[in-house]
Amino acid sequence: MYAYDELDRTLINERVEEFRDQVKRRLSGELTEDEFKMLRLQNGVYLQLHAYMFRVAIPYGTLSSKQLRRLAHVARRYDRGYGHFTTRQNIQFNWIKLAELPDALADLAEVGIHAMQTSGNNTRNVTSDQWAGVAPGEIEDPRIWSELLRQYTTLHPEFSFLPRKFKFAITASAHDRAAIKVHDIGLRLHKNAQGETGFEVLVGGGLGRTPFIGKTIKPFVPGRDLLSYVEAILRVYNQYGRRDNIYKARIKILVHELGIEKFAAEVEDEWLAMRDSALTLDDAVVEEIRSRFSYPAYQKLPHMPEELKQAAHDPLFERWRKNSVFTHKVQGYAIVTLSLKPVGGPPGDATAEQMDAVADLADKYSFGEIRVGHEQNLALPHVAKRDLPALWKALDKVGLATPNVNLVSDIIACPGLDYCSLANARSIPIAQELTRRFANHDTADLIGRLHINISGCINACGHHHVGHIGILGVEKNGEEFYQITIGGRADENAELGVLIGPAVPYGEVADVVEDIVEAYLALRARPDELFVDTVKRLGVEPFRERVYATR
Amino acid sequence: MTSPLEQKIRIAGPSIVTANRTSDGVVIYRTAANGWSTSLPDAAIVRTVEEARALLAESVADDVGAVGPYIAPVEIKDGGKVKPGNLREHIRLKGVTIDLLPVPA
Repeated sequence: MYAYDELDRTLINERVEEFRDQVKRRLSGELTEDEFKMLRLQNGVYLQLHAYMFRVAIPYGTLSSKQLRRLAHVARRYDRGYGHFTTRQNIQFNWIKLAELPDALADLAEVGIHAMQTSGNNTRNVTSDQWAGVAPGEIEDPRIWSELLRQYTTLHPEFSFLPRKFKFAITASAHDRAAIKVHDIGLRLHKNAQGETGFEVLVGGGLGRTPFIGKTIKPFVPGRDLLSYVEAILRVYNQYGRRDNIYKARIKILVHELGIEKFAAEVEDEWLAMRDSALTLDDAVVEEIRSRFSYPAYQKLPHMPEELKQAAHDPLFERWRKNSVFTHKVQGYAIVTLSLKPVGGPPGDATAEQMDAVADLADKYSFGEIRVGHEQNLALPHVAKRDLPALWKALDKVGLATPNVNLVSDIIACPGLDYCSLANARSIPIAQELTRRFANHDTADLIGRLHINISGCINACGHHHVGHIGILGVEKNGEEFYQITIGGRADENAELGVLIGPAVPYGEVADVVEDIVEAYLALRARPDELFVDTVKRLGVEPFRERVYATR
Repeated sequence: MTSPLEQKIRIAGPSIVTANRTSDGVVIYRTAANGWSTSLPDAAIVRTVEEARALLAESVADDVGAVGPYIAPVEIKDGGKVKPGNLREHIRLKGVTIDLLPVPA
């Protein structure tokens, strides 16, 4: 966990009071909606179909139990008793009253949580690997650099009024769990031939209306130069990014139109003029941030404790363990993913009671720490393996032990037309129906790893472009239709999915997905060939034929 | 951003003006009595572009009470009952279409 200092606390508290005054002036009519809109967006407040939506940042996906309990309190006190974890390590509350928002923000500020830069044309909440600091083989904890970027970009005047929103993601592992290739700037920590630690910098990735996979602009930037290099990128974007057309304003469009070589040359020129400046990070600054992260006092524990051996006889426990428990860097410990994808449930939603329960379990079994992943699940990052059977039973009691992590029913979905004012079609009911279709665990296990991502509009909050199966809601003559893509992926081998054919109506989506999955089972070369690898090997044609032959 | 009043108005049938209440975001409908109601049957029905433009203009003028007024279609059923004219407005009136996680009372 990172401990905020006095400066952070003062900043957050002052921000609450500033927003309280802005809300008061809006409600009295002193501020018009046009004047107020940008101010509320900069504090994570959108207006959705039924109410204001309040998006709260969970920087790099790390929460303390105290913070999670406070999020539960906000859900209970100011909302309708639940929250929605998003694909960018935020949580959204769907029914907040504007008049009560300053109080909600003040309650969150007491535990170091805020909503700054969860919306608006600025640098957004910096995201990272939800296994940061505990993943085996990691170069180093990427949250140190995430926090550095958070501090540097928060309320940075030059980056508060960019042409469009701007998103960072950082990973320090070979396997990318942070989807860095679909961010405006993706950073991969690695070591160069001299053994120095630095960043591969990717730029221009993104989803939405015009999806692109990010391109490497510089294979190695030393850590000390991270801020100056990032600032050079943002300056080039600020200078050349289009402000005349919202659909062409993201950096990915600029990179595409200039070409990566020209864009890289512009950044290099800018960087060389400023690299040896106040932005150069000396070791003391990095160490100061590093020192404010606390790490658990792990015990020396056996790799295979007796409790785990005993529990292995229970097939239900084994099923959960196989899909939810992952290798930790410290022997005797495990990373546990808590599925927020129960059969028939809205993906990513958690009730206040579940949040409280997870906070209690984190205190008991995970050194009081919780993680939030972009797949809309939670994780307990430091669980002693001997505690896994007891944890499983406790999670099962509160509906958080669905054994479907990374399986076909572990679906990413945006809020869609049930909540969102931008959506053209519903996402959540499609996800709910699919979880019912694939509720049989043996079938899901047979299918293996398969990610379905659903978005209710082209803005792609459900990351449909990079789903193994992507589902995009569109509107045709007042009816909901859905385009289906296959072969996308968001990891280190990120690819955009390919459209398989004409959009299908709402009532046929689950049937189409079943057809695609059945085709995969018939076509895969061997049982362990993943869906996405079968698509890569065969292309989309056999799947297209299967889906449309009878439609 | 283009003002709602500068946008081209097209209506294909009976329509209303709807918005969200400023203080809490609740869905509201413009009434014939120059006010707002949370009840769709209270909404003023317009049938021509001119009527729609006038109703929208007076709605936009109430910037303190309402956010984002716009024209939305409705259906008038037998007996005069007013129904939302599309799925989006149905969801705004009736709420989400999904099964939520059970939240203890």
